[in-house]
Order: sequence, then structure tokens, then C-alpha cells
Amino acid sequence: MLEFYREMLLIRRFEERAGQLYGLGLIGGFCHLYIGQEAVAVGIQSALAKGLDSVITGYRDHGHMLAYGIDPKLIMAELTGREAGISRGKGGSMHMFSVEHKFYGGHGIVGAQVSLGTGLAFSHKYKEDGGVCVAYFGDGAANQGQVYESFNMAELWKLPIIYVIENNQYAMGTSIGRSSAEDQLYRRGESFRVPGIQVDGMDVLAVRGATETALEYVRAGKGPIILEMKTYRYRGHSMSDPAKYRPREEVQHVRETSDPIEGLKKVLLENGVAEDELKALDTKIRKIVSEAADFAESSPEPAPGELYTDVLVEQY
Amino acid sequence: MGLEIKMPALSPTMEEGTLAKWLVKEGDTVKSGDIMAEIETDKATMEFEAVDEGTIEKILVPEGTDNVKVGTVIAVLAGEGEETPAATPQQAEAPKAEAPAQPQPVAESSGATKAETGTGNLAGGRTAPAADPAIPAGTPMQKMTVREALRDAMAEEMRRDPDVFLMGEEVAEYQGAYKVTQGLLEEFGERRVIDTPITEHAFAGLGAGAAMGGLRPVVEFMTFNFAMQAMDQIINSAAKTNYMSGGQMRCPIVFRGPNGAASRVAAQHSQNYGPWYAAVPGLIVIAPYDAADCKGLLKAAIRSTDPVVFLENELVYGRSFEVPQIDDYVLPIGKARIVRPGKDVTVVSYSIGVGVALEAAEALAGEGIDAEVIDLRTLRPLDTRTVLDSLAKTNRLVVVEEGWPVCSIASEIAAVCMEQGFDDLDAPVLRVTNEDVPLPYAANLEKAALVDAARVVAAAKKVCYR
Repeated sequence: MLEFYREMLLIRRFEERAGQLYGLGLIGGFCHLYIGQEAVAVGIQSALAKGLDSVITGYRDHGHMLAYGIDPKLIMAELTGREAGISRGKGGSMHMFSVEHKFYGGHGIVGAQVSLGTGLAFSHKYKEDGGVCVAYFGDGAANQGQVYESFNMAELWKLPIIYVIENNQYAMGTSIGRSSAEDQLYRRGESFRVPGIQVDGMDVLAVRGATETALEYVRAGKGPIILEMKTYRYRGHSMSDPAKYRPREEVQHVRETSDPIEGLKKVLLENGVAEDELKALDTKIRKIVSEAADFAESSPEPAPGELYTDVLVEQY
Repeated sequence: MGLEIKMPALSPTMEEGTLAKWLVKEGDTVKSGDIMAEIETDKATMEFEAVDEGTIEKILVPEGTDNVKVGTVIAVLAGEGEETPAATPQQAEAPKAEAPAQPQPVAESSGATKAETGTGNLAGGRTAPAADPAIPAGTPMQKMTVREALRDAMAEEMRRDPDVFLMGEEVAEYQGAYKVTQGLLEEFGERRVIDTPITEHAFAGLGAGAAMGGLRPVVEFMTFNFAMQAMDQIINSAAKTNYMSGGQMRCPIVFRGPNGAASRVAAQHSQNYGPWYAAVPGLIVIAPYDAADCKGLLKAAIRSTDPVVFLENELVYGRSFEVPQIDDYVLPIGKARIVRPGKDVTVVSYSIGVGVALEAAEALAGEGIDAEVIDLRTLRPLDTRTVLDSLAKTNRLVVVEEGWPVCSIASEIAAVCMEQGFDDLDAPVLRVTNEDVPLPYAANLEKAALVDAARVVAAAKKVCYR
């Protein structure tokens, strides 16, 4: 439980820092922060078999990578577009990958990762390696056609995949009520016979429990399953979003009543963890994040020659 | 005389077929819906049903006859209780809006049953391309269709590498919408030869994801027209991921299927995507013409670690060419081939355009112009060296492209010649392409829209100032 707390806090502090660096002009383009949604990635990743199960997500990907144990320095350096970045500075916030960690991105087109993830699940089944793919997408992507094309094939071929809908209630500025005829997203698989579970995505323990159930179902060869994670992002859709579409009080209310980190902190304290211990952990995390930021600011930009590398793998 | 039963056209591209089997005999009574015969087309074996009721008076073409032209009278039906009523009127040939540009083929039967298609323009290639100079002299050759060559390429690669699998619409049980994947399900089973639902967007994405996960998918599009629904996955996912990931995440996938104009299927089913995909860094784009290149390059495509768009052509699936009998015949990607050496003018083309170019070269030879024909074979990366070397020799160049003129491969070749071969040019580079309109359905308009040898001849003469 303390590890969950550490990971969620790392994501929170990392993202806060990324927001600052964006404000300073050190991070460019689009930058989507994960603040508020930490329990989802942390709870799910903790239940996966490391080195076996694969993960794919959309552009709100920093938190997922941190939850997977990827070095914060490499992530922050990618955000600042440096050669030491995990994609050598050529991907940026939305396009990060770590094949080594079986983290397959980091995809910028809303919904594309759902079909790609279905393909990863296909490769698990084809290779008979026992792995499961977790494909994350948001309530916005849940209205893309290819999501349902993917549900259909995944169920038809009983592919080992968990579709995780991170329902943070706003597709950029459009609330779920304004975008979705069926707003209970866990039911979106019904016409393909894909079962779904709705989960309190602000409670890391509930997330972990639901993931275990889902993994058991999928590993038994029963095909795909949907986990709808009801969550909330505190910040705008991206750094350039003023978030005028929802009242400040709404955000404040969520922060006060269901923040995933504060919630777990309460449980930890009730279970006898000393407040000092948590404070010390916070200090340690702030140091890690500071070091990552310093590294990201000070490491060099890609060499000009990098412009032409990795377009193709082979020479023709 | 009773009602004539004619050899039917059972596919858009069918010109002739085999009368495989009669299921009725003279004297039998048939009614509408009865199966009278089995006919093998270029794509499949089809059952031929009776439309009218009556008695089979005479069978004129015996079973087992090959190459029966569409429209040939194959049997005569006597109407019910009548001597010889003409139950259906003879199909009259549509009046031509203008005199045909080329002589009409002589129909074997009275009254044409099938309008001449504009893709007759592309029927060139009666002239076989010269053998690949890389093939050692004396190599035994085998005649095979493009369709068979493609199938063999896939089968050989699937035998070689267990990570190669094939997916697409109708590739397995149906044996391929164009019969290209015939027999693969039987040999490799349903784990590796997979029928998909009609869901291009997601199965292209699924294929790309499987490639990222370490497999080597061959994804067939029934035609590339349908791949427009999947273009985001081909370009944004397959082509860019290696770059965006700093070289970490590969996507070794082949997207293949027929591309370009088919016959009388109109605008939504007839376009050449070569220039579209060739514009995208991160993709390999291959568009071969003859069977040997189809085989050697498809094998290379499947082995490549990069994402490949492999553009075939429905109209050449049934054409036969010599294919070298070499174990593991793999050709280099990114190399053009001189398919007809010449000294007076260079004619550059690819895919079905090569047949048109060769036909034009024959005609030009008759007028004393010796044309060199280059088959680009790969559109990205483009083999500009071979083009420029030829230009340096002939000083004149025409590009033939079965596709639109604007932002085309022809435009690109013209730009390359101007930028890098300006001093070698004795005349402007000319483009001979389809007309800049959506492809029309009407036979005469289709014919007018598509590139043909006569236009190539005219352009070549123009650059030769003849």
C-alpha cells in the first residue's frame, strides 16, 4: 500500500513539475497531465505480470510510464525534447514508448491505441505466451468507431485484452452527458458480448481489485473485458485548456472528497503508518522530480543528424 | 432457332472463361434458377443459372472448352411449347457517342453482350518485359500468372517464418476475393490465415499492433480503395512509430491488395494510391508489374523490418509472365529495372502503366524511335539514379502513370529530372496520365479517361520533335 502511495505521489509531483516547466517554455506543444487520475494507472499496473503483459495508451501517458517504473529522467527529458529522452527527443509528451518495459505508447490519435492494443493481444495469443494487453482510452475515445470494430474482433477471436476506459468525464471540453448517448461506458461492450465492470477510479485499492478480477477472466481464455474507471482530471485537458466548461467548485469538490492520494493517506494513517514516514517519502519524491527536471533542462538537444535517423530501419 | 444462351461475363474483368462442366444435356427442360453449367472465370468457378424456361435444344460448346469468349453462344434453348420465340430481345450495342478511337475487337457472336471497357486501353503488355539482368543467363523459367506469383511469395515466406501470418476480408475460406490467397488456408490453417470482418480501420490497426508486438503480418485489403478507412493506422501508426520512438518500436507489416482502376467499377473503386502513400516518410511503397517482380518484391516486403504498402493491380492478376525458377527469389527494394533498352527517349512507368509503355515502345519502334522503358517497381524510396542515368543517355523523358496527374509520381519524376538532370534535357518532361476526373462508369468515358499507348506514342514523338 505504501508503494501505491509512493507511485501516485511521484506521478502527482512529476506532473506538477511538468506543468511548471511548460509554463517556463521548456516543454512545448501539447502536454496532457495525469493529475487526479493517478489511482488508475498505479492500481492496474500493480496487478500486471511484469515483462509479460503489455500496455498501450493514448497521449496522457506520463503517469502510466512512471507507474511502470520507467526512469523519470528519461520521461522529463523527452518532454523537454532532449537527446536523452526516451524517444530521443523525437516523440514528445504524446509519443513515448518503452518496448523493454512492454509499454507500447503513447499514441496521439484518439482511439488508435485501441486497435493497436487489440493487435498486441493478438500477438500474445498467437505466440501463446500467456500475456494480456491492457489498452487504455478515455471517455472521448469511447465514441470512436474503431473501438467497436476492435471489441468485435477481440470477442470473436477471444483475444486476451482488458479495455480500460479512463472516464474522467470530459472529452476535452465536452462532458460525457453532452457526447454520449450511453454514458455508462462499462456497458459499451454489450452488443459484442464483452462484459464490463464500473470501478471507482479514485480508489487505488478498488482499481487493483477490479484488475485482478479482470485478469483472471482474461487469462482463463474468456476473451476481452472492459473496466470503466470513473475518475477525474484536476487540470485542463492539456496545458492550453482554460477549462471554462466546468465550475471551479466542481474540481474543488472532487479534490476535497475523493482525491486518490489523500484517500490512501487516510487509510495508511489509520493502519499505523507514521505521518513522518509519509512526509519523508514526499521529500524523497520531490528530490527525484527535481533531479529529473534538472537533467531534462541541462541535457543537450538531439544532434542535427538525428533528424534523418530512424525513419526506416533498413537501408534500401 | 431458339433462344441463344451466351457465355456470361461473371466478373468485371472477365473476357473469357472455361466452360468447365455442363449440368444439363440436350433435351433437358430447365426453368429459371436451375444450374445449367459451371464456368471458371479468372477469379472463381461460378454456377451459371438459367433465366428462361424451356428445353435445351442444342449445346454448342462442349464442356472442358477453355478460352470461351464472353458473348459466345454456348447453347440454344427452345421456348416452352413454342417454336422459337425470342424471350429476351437481343442486347443491342450502345450507340457510340463518337467514333471509337481504336478498332473494335471482332465479337465471335452476333451482337456484343459486353460493352468494351476503357481498361482495354491498359491491355498492353502483350509485349513481355525483358528479363531482369540480375537473373543469370540459362536460369530455367516458368510461366505463371501474377496471381500465382503473389500467392507463392506469401506461401514461401510463411513456410520460412512462423511469425508471418495473413489477414483480411475473404482471404481464408473464400480463397481470396481475387483468388490471390488460394490454398493458403489449407496449408497454414486458421491460426495463420485469418478472415476478418469488414472492418478495415481496426484490422489495419490490429495488424500494426501485432507487428509492434513482434509478429510479421500481411494485411490484405480487398482493394486499396477500402484502405482509405484505414489510412490513419497505416500512416500515423505504422509509418511513424519507429521515428517517434527513437528507433525502439518497429512495425514490420505489409499492407497489400489491388490498386488502380479496375474495369467498369467507377470512381469509388478505381484509383491509384501510389502517390498518396509514396508521399509518406516511414513507408516503403512497392508497385510492381510482372509476375517475377511481384514474387521477388513481395518476398522482400514480407522480410523487411519496415512497414510496406504493396500495390497490386487487379487487371494484371490474370496475366502470365516468365518467372525464374530460383529457390528463394528475392529482389531488392528500391531498384528500378530497364524493361526495354533504347536510346531515343526514356519512358518511365510502374505497375500496369509498364504494359502501356511497352506497347507504345513497340509502336514507336515502327516509326523509328527507340524507346527505353523503365519500370520503377518501388515508388518509395524512388530509384532516381536509374531514371537520371537513362535521361543522360536519351535526353528525353515521358512518364506514364495510370493515375491522376496532379501531385503524382509523374510530377515527382518531372521535378527530379528538372532538379538533378536539367542539363541532360533536350525537351520538357511530359506526363501521360489518366484524365483529372473521377473515373466514370460509361464505357466510352472510362476509355477516354484512362491512359493509353496512343497518348504515350504522341508524347514520345513530341519530346523527340517528330
